[in-house]
Amino acid sequence: MTKVHQIISDTTLTYHQMMLSLAKLAESEDSASLPRTPEELEALKDGILCDLNEGLVPFRPRYIIPDYAKFMKQGSAFLDLKAPEDLWEACNSLLILYRHVPSITSFPVYLGNLDELLEPFVLELDEKTAKKCLGLFLTNIDRTLTDSFVHADLGPKESVTGRLILELTEEMQLAIPNLTLKYDPEQTSDEFAQLCLKCMLNTAKPSFANHSMFVEEWTENYAIASCYNGLTVGGGGFTLPRMRMYETALKSSSIDDFLDNVLPHYVKLMCQFMDKRVRFIVEESAFFKSNFLVTEGLLGLEKFTGMYGMVGLAECVNYLLNIKDPKQGYGNNPEADALGVRIMARLDELVSSHVAPYCDAFGHHYRLHAQVGIDSDGRENSPGARIPIGCEPDMASHILHSTKFHKYFPTGIGDIFKFEETWIKTPEALLDIIKGALAGGMRYFSGYLENNDVVRVTGYLVKKSELAKLDNHQQSLNNCSIFGVGARDTSDALDRRVEAYEGTD
Amino acid sequence: MKAPINRIIPFSNVDGPGNRMAIFFQSCPFKCMYCHNPETIQMCIGCGLCVKQCPVGALTLEDKKVVWDEKKCVQCDTCIKECPHLSSPKIKWMSSDDLVEEIKKVQLFIRGITVSGGECTQHRDFLVELFTKVKGLGLTCLIDSNGSYDFSLDEELMNVCDGVMLDVKATDPSFHQKLTHSDNELVLKNLSFLLEAGKLEEVRTVILPTFPDENEQTVRAVSRLIQGKCRYKLLRYRPFGVRKEGLDFCGQILASQQEAEHLKEIAFLEGAETVII
Ligand code: SF4
Ligand code: SF4
Repeated sequence: MTKVHQIISDTTLTYHQMMLSLAKLAESEDSASLPRTPEELEALKDGILCDLNEGLVPFRPRYIIPDYAKFMKQGSAFLDLKAPEDLWEACNSLLILYRHVPSITSFPVYLGNLDELLEPFVLELDEKTAKKCLGLFLTNIDRTLTDSFVHADLGPKESVTGRLILELTEEMQLAIPNLTLKYDPEQTSDEFAQLCLKCMLNTAKPSFANHSMFVEEWTENYAIASCYNGLTVGGGGFTLPRMRMYETALKSSSIDDFLDNVLPHYVKLMCQFMDKRVRFIVEESAFFKSNFLVTEGLLGLEKFTGMYGMVGLAECVNYLLNIKDPKQGYGNNPEADALGVRIMARLDELVSSHVAPYCDAFGHHYRLHAQVGIDSDGRENSPGARIPIGCEPDMASHILHSTKFHKYFPTGIGDIFKFEETWIKTPEALLDIIKGALAGGMRYFSGYLENNDVVRVTGYLVKKSELAKLDNHQQSLNNCSIFGVGARDTSDALDRRVEAYEGTD
Repeated sequence: MKAPINRIIPFSNVDGPGNRMAIFFQSCPFKCMYCHNPETIQMCIGCGLCVKQCPVGALTLEDKKVVWDEKKCVQCDTCIKECPHLSSPKIKWMSSDDLVEEIKKVQLFIRGITVSGGECTQHRDFLVELFTKVKGLGLTCLIDSNGSYDFSLDEELMNVCDGVMLDVKATDPSFHQKLTHSDNELVLKNLSFLLEAGKLEEVRTVILPTFPDENEQTVRAVSRLIQGKCRYKLLRYRPFGVRKEGLDFCGQILASQQEAEHLKEIAFLEGAETVII
C-alpha cells in the first residue's frame, strides 16, 4: 500500500486529521528546497537530532502568538471584522480569528489571556448571561479546535471572567483548551489561586506559571502556549528541534569529553540546522510577507525566537556516571544532580553564544526549551530535565530538584504532580507548596487528582475515556489522543508517583 | 539532647492549617485500642526478635540494641509486624539541630511544624529546645497530643508553642479507660485550660462504628464546651493497621459516613461552629 493509500484508508482518522496527514506527507517528499547536510542526516539517524516532525520545508513558524488585545481594538480588515462591542461579538470574533492562526498542528497554540480580553464585556452583562456566552465559546473551542496543544492563559489578577471560566471548565470537564494561571502571590489573591487549584485537581488545569520569573525574562508581554511554552505576545517560536541528550552522551568517552567536545559539536550542528530553517521560514515561505496576521500587525517578525529543545537529561547524566538503576540516579543522587546542573550550565552557555538570524528581540539568540517528549522516545529519554517516571523522590525533594533546573528554560519547562484525593479538601496546604515552589525558582507547576477522566500525559491533556476509545479502534475527535496512547504504552506516562495521603490518626 | 524519631513527613495537609512538616516521636503513655500506628507506642527493648525477620538484612543486634541500616531497608514493615512489644526498630535518635536541618530543607513550602507521635510531650525538654529554634526560622509550632501531659503547669513550653491539637477520645471516664487503658481526667482538664489560654488549635475525636452512644456523648460534651472557639475534627475509625485486640474491641469495619454526618449535626446543635469530617 502506498503511504497516501494507508492514510486515506485509516478508519481511526477523522476527515480533518486525514487532510493534515496528507499535507504532512506532501511536505516530507520535498527534500530539494531545504536540503539537509550529510552531517545533519547522520545526527538525525543517530537520534541525536530530532526535527519533531516539523517537516522538510517549513511554511509557517511552529508556534504563533497573535496579539489578540490589538485585534480586539482594531478588528481585522482581512476578516472584515470590526472591533467587538459586546461579549457575543468578542467571542465570535475570536472564534473566527482562531481558525486563521496557523501552527505546527494547524490549530492555534495560543488563544490569548482570555480573562483580560473578555473582562470588559463580561462586566457589562449579568453573570448568568455572561456564563452562558462563555460556555458556548468554550464548547465551540473544545469541538472545533480539537487539539490539546490549544492553550489559553488567565491571571495574574482575579476577574469575574477568570472565575466563570474556572467554573465552566469544572462543570464541562473539557480537555481543550489547556489553561495556565499566570501566578504572582503579590497580584493573585489567595482566594482566586485556591479556585484555580480546585479546578486543577479536578480537571488537570490550569497549571501555575511563575509570573515574576517570566516577566523578568520576557517582560509583561509574554504568553504561555502549547504545553507550557513561554513566548512573546505578537511573536512566537520559529522552530523547535530537539537534542536528545542520551544519544548525544553515547558519542562521548568521558564526562569531560562530553562537555568539551561532543556537546559543543552537536550544539553547533543543531544551531546551524535551526538557522537554516528560520531563514527559510522568513525568506522563502510566504508567511511573513503576506499573511494578514503579519500585515495587520498582530505579529511582528522581531518578536519571534527559535526554541532549542532538549530531552533526556536524566538518562544522559546516568549514562555518563555509569548509573544502571535510574532509582539511584538523577533526581535521587546529589552527584548526578550536580552533573545535571553542570551540563545545563554548559548547554546554556553554548546555545546563548550562538548568534542566530532574526530573533531581534532576544539579542539574536535562541532560547532553551525542555521538550515534553514524544511517544517514540520510549524510556530512553525522559522529557526535558525531568526525573524518569517511577523514580520520582518524595514531593519535597522532587520540587527542590526542579528548582535547580527550571531557570535554564525560558521557553518552557514544567513538572507534574499527581495528588491523592484529600488534597482537594486542603487547597491552602497545596497553595503553600506552590508558593514555596515558585519562590524557590520553579517555573511551572501542574497537578491533577488520581482517578480523573482528563489527565495530563506529558504536557498536554487527554481524556482516559478517549484513550479507551482508540484502544477499541474508534475515532477520537482529539488529535492528541493518539500521542497519549503511545506515551501511556511506551513510557508509562500515566503511572507517575502519587503524592499520597499520610495521616497521623 | 536527642529524641527518638519514628518518622518525618515533609508535607502534611492533615496536621493543622496549611502545609506542615509532621514529626512523629516514639512512645506513648496511652494504649489506644484503635491506634493505627501501634509500633509508636513503646520504646524498643532490644529483644532482637525482628532482626532475623528482615528480608534484606537491614537490622543487626549490637550491644543489646537494634541497629537499623536505612540504606538497606526496603520499607517492607515486616519488622513492625513481628515486634510483639508495640515498637519499631526503625527509630532515629536525632538532636534538635538534626531536625532543624531537615526543616530548613523544606522551609519554603511549609507554614510550620507539627509534633506528634506516639506522644510527643514525653519529650518535653526536647520540644522546648526544638520549638525555640524553629520559631527563630519564622515558622509556627503545633503540638498534637493525647492530653496526658499537664500543659497548665508548663509555661515555658506554652510560650514557644503556637497551639495544641488535642485528642478527646471519650468524655466518659470508664469508656476512656477501656479504650486507652488510661484515665481522662487530665485530658479534660487540658481541654478547658487550652481553650481558656487560647492555645487550642483543634480537637479531634475518633468516631467508632460500634459505640454510637459513647460517640454521641463525647461529641456533645466537647461541642458544648468549645462552641465557636476552635475547630472540631471528627475522624472516622478505620480498621487499617489496628492490632488484633483493637479490632476485637472496635470492629473490622469503617465508621460510616452517615454516622459521621449525624454526629456533625449534633455538634452544630450543641454550638460547635467549625466541624470537619
Ligand atoms: S522495614 Fe526495613 S528494617 Fe524492617 S523488615 Fe523491612 S527491610 Fe527490614
Ligand atoms: S523493635 Fe520490637 S522486636 Fe525489634 S528489637 Fe525492638 S522490641 Fe524487639
